[in-house]
Amino acid sequence: MANFYTDNEDIKFHLEHPLMEKIVTLKERNYTEAQQFEGAPRDFEDAIDNYDKVLEIVGEICGDVIAVNAESVDAEGPQVIDGHVKYATGTQQNIDVINQAGLNGISLPRKYNGLNFPITPFIMAAELVARADAGLQNIWGLQDCAETINEFASEEQKAKYLPRVSAGETCAMDLTEPDAGSDLQAVQLKATYNEQDGQWYLNGVKRFITNGDGHISLVLARSEEGTNDGRGLSMFIYDRNSNAVTVRRIENKLGIKGSPTCELVFKNAPAELVGERKMGLIKYVMALMNAARLGIGGQSVGIAEAAYREGLKYAQERKQFGKAIIEFPAIYEMLSNMEAKLHGIRSVLYETARFVDIYKTYYHISKERALDKEERNEMKEYQKLADIYTPLQKLFASEYANEITYDSLQIHGGSGFMKDYPIQRYVRDARITNIYEGTSQLQVVAAIRGVTTGQYAKYIREVYEKAHIKPEHEYLRETLKCMTGQLEACTAKVAETGNTEYTDFHARRLVEIAGYTIIGYLLLQDAQRCGKYEKSAEIFINYGKAKVAAHVEFINSFEPDKLGLYKKS
Amino acid sequence: MKGLKIVVLAKQVPDTRNVGKDAMKADGTVNRAALPAIFNPEDLNALEQALRLKDKIEGTTVHILTMGPGRAAEIIREAMFRGADGGYLLSDRAFAGSDTLATSYALACALKNLKTDLLICGRQAIDGDTAQVGPQVAEKLGIPQVTYAEDILKCTEQKITVKRRLERGIEVVECPVPCVVTVNGSAAPCRPRNARFVMKYKYARATQELQDADEDYTNLLNERPYLKITEWSVNNITCEPQELGLSGSPTKVKNIENVVFQAKEAKILEPTDEAIDAMMKELIVNHTIG
Repeated sequence: MANFYTDNEDIKFHLEHPLMEKIVTLKERNYTEAQQFEGAPRDFEDAIDNYDKVLEIVGEICGDVIAVNAESVDAEGPQVIDGHVKYATGTQQNIDVINQAGLNGISLPRKYNGLNFPITPFIMAAELVARADAGLQNIWGLQDCAETINEFASEEQKAKYLPRVSAGETCAMDLTEPDAGSDLQAVQLKATYNEQDGQWYLNGVKRFITNGDGHISLVLARSEEGTNDGRGLSMFIYDRNSNAVTVRRIENKLGIKGSPTCELVFKNAPAELVGERKMGLIKYVMALMNAARLGIGGQSVGIAEAAYREGLKYAQERKQFGKAIIEFPAIYEMLSNMEAKLHGIRSVLYETARFVDIYKTYYHISKERALDKEERNEMKEYQKLADIYTPLQKLFASEYANEITYDSLQIHGGSGFMKDYPIQRYVRDARITNIYEGTSQLQVVAAIRGVTTGQYAKYIREVYEKAHIKPEHEYLRETLKCMTGQLEACTAKVAETGNTEYTDFHARRLVEIAGYTIIGYLLLQDAQRCGKYEKSAEIFINYGKAKVAAHVEFINSFEPDKLGLYKKS
Repeated sequence: MKGLKIVVLAKQVPDTRNVGKDAMKADGTVNRAALPAIFNPEDLNALEQALRLKDKIEGTTVHILTMGPGRAAEIIREAMFRGADGGYLLSDRAFAGSDTLATSYALACALKNLKTDLLICGRQAIDGDTAQVGPQVAEKLGIPQVTYAEDILKCTEQKITVKRRLERGIEVVECPVPCVVTVNGSAAPCRPRNARFVMKYKYARATQELQDADEDYTNLLNERPYLKITEWSVNNITCEPQELGLSGSPTKVKNIENVVFQAKEAKILEPTDEAIDAMMKELIVNHTIG
């Protein structure tokens, strides 16, 4: 009788963010679909009520079914039988219940039987699922592949595949190969066009493919013979009904054990080209990756939520030296920092989701009618924001999910090291979040542009800094202004050298300074809408300020010619 | 085969599973305000059996019939959120105070308004625990009944095949249709609410619930007639009025006793001969032993 949505007011708080009205009104095309589709909302309140009710279903299933199955799923895991994946018993049961509840095609248009929800409530659902079973979120969350099909595939392909996703068929994104991990330009899976039957065929091997035996797969393959880089790659749809791909093995992983990670062998597998040739990596994978990175943000926040709750509960119940351990400064400080970080990553996650929502919705509207100048500018503005916020939120959410699970296990003491408590599973599950869909190091590579071009600082100065706040919070804003100044000064100092390697060396520090400042501001904004977040805002800003000071100290005292000291051969 | 017309008999009940201190009033009656009103659990098992038939046999419809006050329409909506096509609320002051006999009489009269192929209900409701209403409805309609059903294995136009859960095992029986099937709590749990149905039916209302409806809402109902939950009063069914409500209820409550479970889960004794001696005496005095 647990409900992971109704027991967590923080999620609903973000559903009620002021920007949601704009997002929903755009997404619902001013509520015109209500005439055409049963269940389409008639106004903003009706739409929010829909999201609220659907999230309540998700929360109930998460609490009553998925979380209950999580331990057995972790122990049993999936298997390969006759070249195909058989999920763990609990995973299959979870998927069946999710399908019965109609929780698929959440963000797809209604004409493809989707629910036409914005990305923001979709990520909220992802967070809930991940809190219950992080590995299941991989399988279920892959429905965002359908978003990429919706964005770039032909009308015929959309009509063919999207209703299947809405009906509960699962997806996969087949990118990685043994020699192409982070460097996808090296993908070798071969796509050959057969002139006689007018069909593409795929041959080769993919590795580390999450839910690789899903019904509908997006495959990155080399369509241009003789090429060696990203420009020779195209995107294809492979339909499992063709039965031309076998699962050779599944990996034995540290965490997210319910999610099958497959090695796939393509043997003359018929496939459909998506969009234009040669745009596979350059355009479509980037879109796919950005959506997936937001999903991993949701997964990270969900795991962090689960871990924080376990740590808090344990600290309240565990008595040592005659009192509950939560009464000791060493423990309560940990818990308060964990909570502030958790609130912080949730805030930056949904801030990013809202940016993505606005620009993606404009993009889809632009396919229906010409946007006016103001709308075009807004689309570009939000796209830029989404591009720099996506890696930033993924970096912070996944790193903090690791820190929070680590600290929560620490609070458990020796018991945390035993398999009797779920915290060990959360630690193992969290460990992948800052590795896949681009490691933290690669998120920094994507995010550093936001620092060097001054985009983060500009948005901070022009929007966050100017927002109306209560006079009693002014001292927090002063600290954040100071941190912004430090971001600008450090950026200038590093840029002065004109050496890109030097910038790369300090990139993580610079991105983190931006992140501490942005998350601090977001929590301050949250505190304006609800007093509950005042504490987290202050604690996070204290924490961030000290972290920024350390980075500033390192950057300021570092001589550029000392780079050699760190070089390894 | 053509689709079946299935009616699920369901009841809104106070949630007696998590009873707190204030569950009973001083006079010994149930304090309904303190207990949330829920869909009777075994009626949800019954609904699931009906929905499975709907999944299997094209054209099958599932409707809920419930008797109760206006708020009982909540369980009709709840059933619609899970896949039922609609429902009927039987609601009138004339039904107040009904025992199982009067209830089954009223339900049977209402069912005569409907042409049904199959009636399914939960074995019993958690407020009264009588398990009488389902069988009584069957008797009053003069149709056969299958009780303690755990799974409806097959249903054709002529007969239904049902797995029954008995005290010492299971049995599979066949029964001609129409009939009444009462479903055991060991049957498959009901499916969750479905996102699409929730959005489609969340504004469904019975007549009593529409008293304060504004113009906007009335317009919506006209646009979407499927949002109307049929409501029947005593005037909509053919019945003998004296058979209804209190006058139709032979059950007479002589006395209600508020039994409070006194014992705590554990009693800790000092490890001394005196304490053990005292415990033995206490057990003999209260007739736990001896």
